Amino acid sequence: MNSLLEVSGVSVSFDGFRAINNLSFQIGPAELRAVIGPNGAGKTTFMDIVTGKTRPDAGRVLFGEKSISLLKRSEAEIARIGVGRKFQRPTVFEDQTVTDNLMMALKAARGPWKVLFWRPGAAEHARVRELAARVGLAEALARKSGELSHGQKQWLEIGMLLAQEPRLLLVDEPAAGMTLAEREQTTAMLVDLAKTRAVVVVEHDMEFVRRLGCKVTVLHEGSVLAEGSIDHVTADPRVIEVYLGR
Amino acid sequence: MDFLRKNPSVLWFLAILAVFTLAVTLMAPGTGSGAISTSFVKTLGKTLCLAMVALAMDLVWGYAGILSLGHMAFFAIGGYMIGMWQMYARTEEIVITSLAQSPIPPTATEIHQGIASQIFGVVGSSHMPEIWYFAHSLPAQLALVVLVPALLALVFGWLAFRSRVAGVYLSILTQAMTLALALWLFQNDSGLRGNNGLSGLQNIPGLGKVAQETLSVWFFWASALALALAYLLLAWVVSGKFGSVIRAIRDDEQRVRFLGYPVEGFKLFVFALTAVIAGIGGALYYPQAGIINPAELAPIASIYLAVWVAIGGRGRLYGAVMGAVIVSLLSSWFTGGRVPDVPLGFATIHWVDWWQVLLGLAFVLVTLFAPRGLGGLVDLVTGLHPPRRHGAALGPDSGSLQEREAQE
Amino acid sequence: MIRTLLAAVLALTLASGLARAEAVGDILDTNKALVEHASRLTIGPVIDKLAASGDPRAETLLKAWGDKLLGLRKSDGAFVLLKRKGAAYQLTQPDGTDVGMAKRSDINILRPNAGVRRLIDGALVEFQLSSPDLKTRTEALSIIDHHPEAGQLKPLEASLKAETDPALRARKERLLRLLTIRFGENSAKRIAAINSFGADTGLDLRGTLNPLLDTHRIIAKAGEKPKGNIDRPLIPGKTITTEAAYDLLVARGEAPARQTPTARRQALEAHIEGGKVGGIPLAQLSDPEARDRAYAALEKAGQVPRAATTREVRAAVAAHDYWVVYAEADPAMTTAAKAALAKIAVKVDAMQALDLLLEALSLASIYFLAAIGLALTFGVMGVINMAHGEFIMMGAYTGYVVQQIIPNYTLSLIVALPLAFAVTFAAGVAMERLVVRHLYKRPLETLLATFGVSIALQQLAKNIFGTQARPLTSPDWLDGAWVLNDVVSISYIRIAIFVLGLVFLCLFLWVMKRTRLGLELRAVTQNPGMAASMGINPDRINMLAFGLGSGIAGSAGVALGLYAKVTSELGQDYIVQSFMTVVVGGVGNIWGTLAGAALIGSLQKGIEWLNPSNTLAAQTYMILFIILFIQVRPRGIIALKGRAAGD
Ligand SMILES: Nc1ncnc2c1ncn2[C@@H]1O[C@H](COP(=O)(O)OP(=O)(O)OP(=O)(O)O)[C@@H](O)[C@H]1O
Ligand SMILES: [Mg+2]
Repeated sequence: MNSLLEVSGVSVSFDGFRAINNLSFQIGPAELRAVIGPNGAGKTTFMDIVTGKTRPDAGRVLFGEKSISLLKRSEAEIARIGVGRKFQRPTVFEDQTVTDNLMMALKAARGPWKVLFWRPGAAEHARVRELAARVGLAEALARKSGELSHGQKQWLEIGMLLAQEPRLLLVDEPAAGMTLAEREQTTAMLVDLAKTRAVVVVEHDMEFVRRLGCKVTVLHEGSVLAEGSIDHVTADPRVIEVYLGR
Repeated sequence: MDFLRKNPSVLWFLAILAVFTLAVTLMAPGTGSGAISTSFVKTLGKTLCLAMVALAMDLVWGYAGILSLGHMAFFAIGGYMIGMWQMYARTEEIVITSLAQSPIPPTATEIHQGIASQIFGVVGSSHMPEIWYFAHSLPAQLALVVLVPALLALVFGWLAFRSRVAGVYLSILTQAMTLALALWLFQNDSGLRGNNGLSGLQNIPGLGKVAQETLSVWFFWASALALALAYLLLAWVVSGKFGSVIRAIRDDEQRVRFLGYPVEGFKLFVFALTAVIAGIGGALYYPQAGIINPAELAPIASIYLAVWVAIGGRGRLYGAVMGAVIVSLLSSWFTGGRVPDVPLGFATIHWVDWWQVLLGLAFVLVTLFAPRGLGGLVDLVTGLHPPRRHGAALGPDSGSLQEREAQE
Repeated sequence: MIRTLLAAVLALTLASGLARAEAVGDILDTNKALVEHASRLTIGPVIDKLAASGDPRAETLLKAWGDKLLGLRKSDGAFVLLKRKGAAYQLTQPDGTDVGMAKRSDINILRPNAGVRRLIDGALVEFQLSSPDLKTRTEALSIIDHHPEAGQLKPLEASLKAETDPALRARKERLLRLLTIRFGENSAKRIAAINSFGADTGLDLRGTLNPLLDTHRIIAKAGEKPKGNIDRPLIPGKTITTEAAYDLLVARGEAPARQTPTARRQALEAHIEGGKVGGIPLAQLSDPEARDRAYAALEKAGQVPRAATTREVRAAVAAHDYWVVYAEADPAMTTAAKAALAKIAVKVDAMQALDLLLEALSLASIYFLAAIGLALTFGVMGVINMAHGEFIMMGAYTGYVVQQIIPNYTLSLIVALPLAFAVTFAAGVAMERLVVRHLYKRPLETLLATFGVSIALQQLAKNIFGTQARPLTSPDWLDGAWVLNDVVSISYIRIAIFVLGLVFLCLFLWVMKRTRLGLELRAVTQNPGMAASMGINPDRINMLAFGLGSGIAGSAGVALGLYAKVTSELGQDYIVQSFMTVVVGGVGNIWGTLAGAALIGSLQKGIEWLNPSNTLAAQTYMILFIILFIQVRPRGIIALKGRAAGD
């Protein structure tokens, strides 16, 4: 199977501490993957490396059919290549309206000069309305996003990610601070998204992971400890030892 | 026209500026009744130029969140660039006239040397430094008014933004840049006449016969026009997605990066664009002021610029103009010694001495209690109110807007 | 005639007791005309004769002459020594015999001019050198030091044996060697004297050696080697400009003067005939070539003096060779002097490096002192306080006010340091409570608000103390400098500032590492919410820390005020540098601030050393360097480790 993202032999250390240790990871173009692991396992750092926030000391990170290396690229370039990231804390631009937020995220040229002369047409407005409807913010288009509730901000951020049309989506602990209903909605959304793109979800909540019903990668001390279906990994004694507890 | 419909404040601004220009024209001694003096016309013209650089500051700080303490340096560079041509051309006129007294026509070298020793006599030199290479040509120096600030801003900005210097560090760095430039200009062998600066700029070469009364009005018009154009340009820039992106950068630049925008490129663009506007403002300001010297680049001048924008209310263009106009006019009124003293019985308040204290305190108060500045008054009129967010800032970055600053 | 005879007899009888001694009175009398109208050029032998007479009265006489207390009695023209007694003078004969009183109008007082007096002093030196009085001998040595003359060599050598004071003896020896270098009998002795010094760095030695290498430029026919002690040839266009070479020729009268453009113009103007000069129409004369032609035409007509054209200048210059020749004729001497000076130069360079190091250290401690308060408020607390400089100024003015009240400088300094701390501590606390507290986590607003405070304080200081600089005088024991040798020295104030910097460094470290306040402060700045939940009152901690930082700035202000003058702009001068120091060093770490100060201080001194004429340029380059430095290490020399919470 040809993979969309291929991480191999990546290591990174912070002042002598090895946060990621010879990590290898692959994901296909339309696949959902859950990443679990104890605190400090390196899950967030892994995402940092893929999105260009942290530079690894060794290893390769290749993306797409042409196997573009992501290592020498800036965060913005990687985002443009097609990697989207959702943070644990909802981060939207609170001083601007929902429309502005979505408009900014819409797939379009990103250079200053192009942006300066870019004006939204009817198609763009329609797309923004469609996205807003999809995340349940159709009524709130003209509101400042700073006034939205916590959950609505989460959804707006997801809407922005959709607008970006990434080929790979990295989601860090999406379920934290959500109601049960919202979790279910999120699960459905992620599963739906994974039909057309690759999605990596980091989560501690095993129930949530189980409901995703996908392949699971367990990280421990910066490298992969186990990989497979949820039942497979939860049965692995090493995983039980370091993460699940007896 | 869609743009004007969506931004009614632009029309308001242009209308007010037009009325103001007309009123000044009717009262100026050169073109109207003479109800105001020539020097006051100049003061007003200069104020419009300051408003222009305040606009630039608002874009770079109020919108993009970069508290630059270097924009007055760009302003002064603009002044120096135009001043070089003025001084050269004026001196050329004088030298040619004086050499024409003698029966033998002067050689080119004689004229050149005459000019050089006239200009640089004060710093004990008599040859023309390399940087005056283009000084004889108005088009070239006009181009430099734009190019030098742009280039400096690009180089400096590239260095600073590339290494992700942001927040107060960037402010301190820009301040250092300004200081370095000022210290360099203070040297006699910098080629720009050291602390003497360039003088006699109120005389426009080739227009020696035009009276200052008339000239002052012409410059006032030019300043008003430049301000109007700058306002239109910046209002257009901030109205679209570009404005959205730079405001987003102000509030949370890391998030903007993950959206795929090259944050450094945007910052650099804004920094250089505003540097150019500042440079043009300076090129119009100093011919009205008549003299420019390195003291104009003192870091404090740039801080004052930030003060004006803050007092006017940052993040809104008309706020910057209001702040600059009101504070600088008040400033020249108070320091001009025309404000009556206040006798307190035990002591008398001479405003010349106390204005600075008052300004400093006013500034603290505005920052603490009226972060929306004078622009807040406009919100009162138009009935806007900020979102209620229990005092939280609108983003994690140090330049981000505070709740109380935002408009709904 | 009879009188002369009598005098001669008298002199003989007097002199008979002292073998070969000639009475000074006689010498005076025989050279009466010369003495009366003494001139520097002719009086030398007479003075020498007087000094060498062996007459014990010689010294007294010479001294009196030099002090304008030697005169001629108008009545008989006899030499008399004068002593002022009220309005009149008491007279003594040269031999010491008292001859009664006289009025001012009865005497012709001799007034030797400065040149003559110098000769007299020179002669007196001999007596003074062996005077029993230590002070007189010391003075005599200073005279030799300042006006070395050939005649001093012998007396100095003679006085050396009897010298009892060891320090003075050493000095005499040194002076003798210096004099030998200048006036020694032959080159061998002089060279030996030069070599005896080795790489001595004394200014006096260099002052003696340098004139030996005095040179002048001479001209010779091309291809001829001139006589004399040649230093080096000069090649026109390379080691000497063609103009300078030609000027040499002109100065020797070997070529006509070059004409200045103005002179040529005037010459042309003087010969305008019918709108033409030398047949060339005026309108064409804006071209320099045309002017040349016109002038040539005038020259040919004999209407103007010949003036060298460029071509002529070149030809004349090419026809000669140019040499640099030593004034000192003996090549062995110049070689020895050169070698000695080279040796000295190496040593001086080394010491200059040391001196530079000391200066850099001192500048670094000044920056450190100015920045240390900021290291706490900005570095640790993250508050950007633009009024920091004004706290420094406030401290300096406190010092000034204290000096107005307590006149004893030492005591007032002891009072001022803690008082300045107290004053600025209070000011800092007030500012924190009123302004800064509301703006934590809003650094840009803090910057602007504290800037508002800064301009208000500055203007207040101006209103209270006026715009002129106020002196803050240091106590006597801080005046002067610690002089290691002619090259290396450092003023005590700078040492004091250095020590004070160390003291503050220790204070800072102690507060941060050893006190409850430091611990709680670190807790509050790292995680205020957590700290508060553990029972720490962040308000109180912030207030105290801000006060402490401001207080340190105030005390530093006293020291900086001693070093510079106190003006309302004192603080402003330091603010940018201080922030730079903290930023370059690395925020949040006092060692970083120290490193930053050291870097900036030595850098500035280093640049100043490379380009000594221009301290402004040095500062420009320094700031440029810092801007570039931040590219390489955005978090400063000593970077804090850590990870932003949140993602
Ligand atoms: N910038 C950094 N500086 C120093 N150490 C870091 C940095 N980033 C990560 N680390 C260290 O790397 C290790 C992995 O951190 P990471 O955030 O990736 O863990 P995680 O798996 O996301 O944990 P959690 O489940 O708690 O979110 C941790 O021990 C962390 O302290
Ligand atoms: Mg994590």
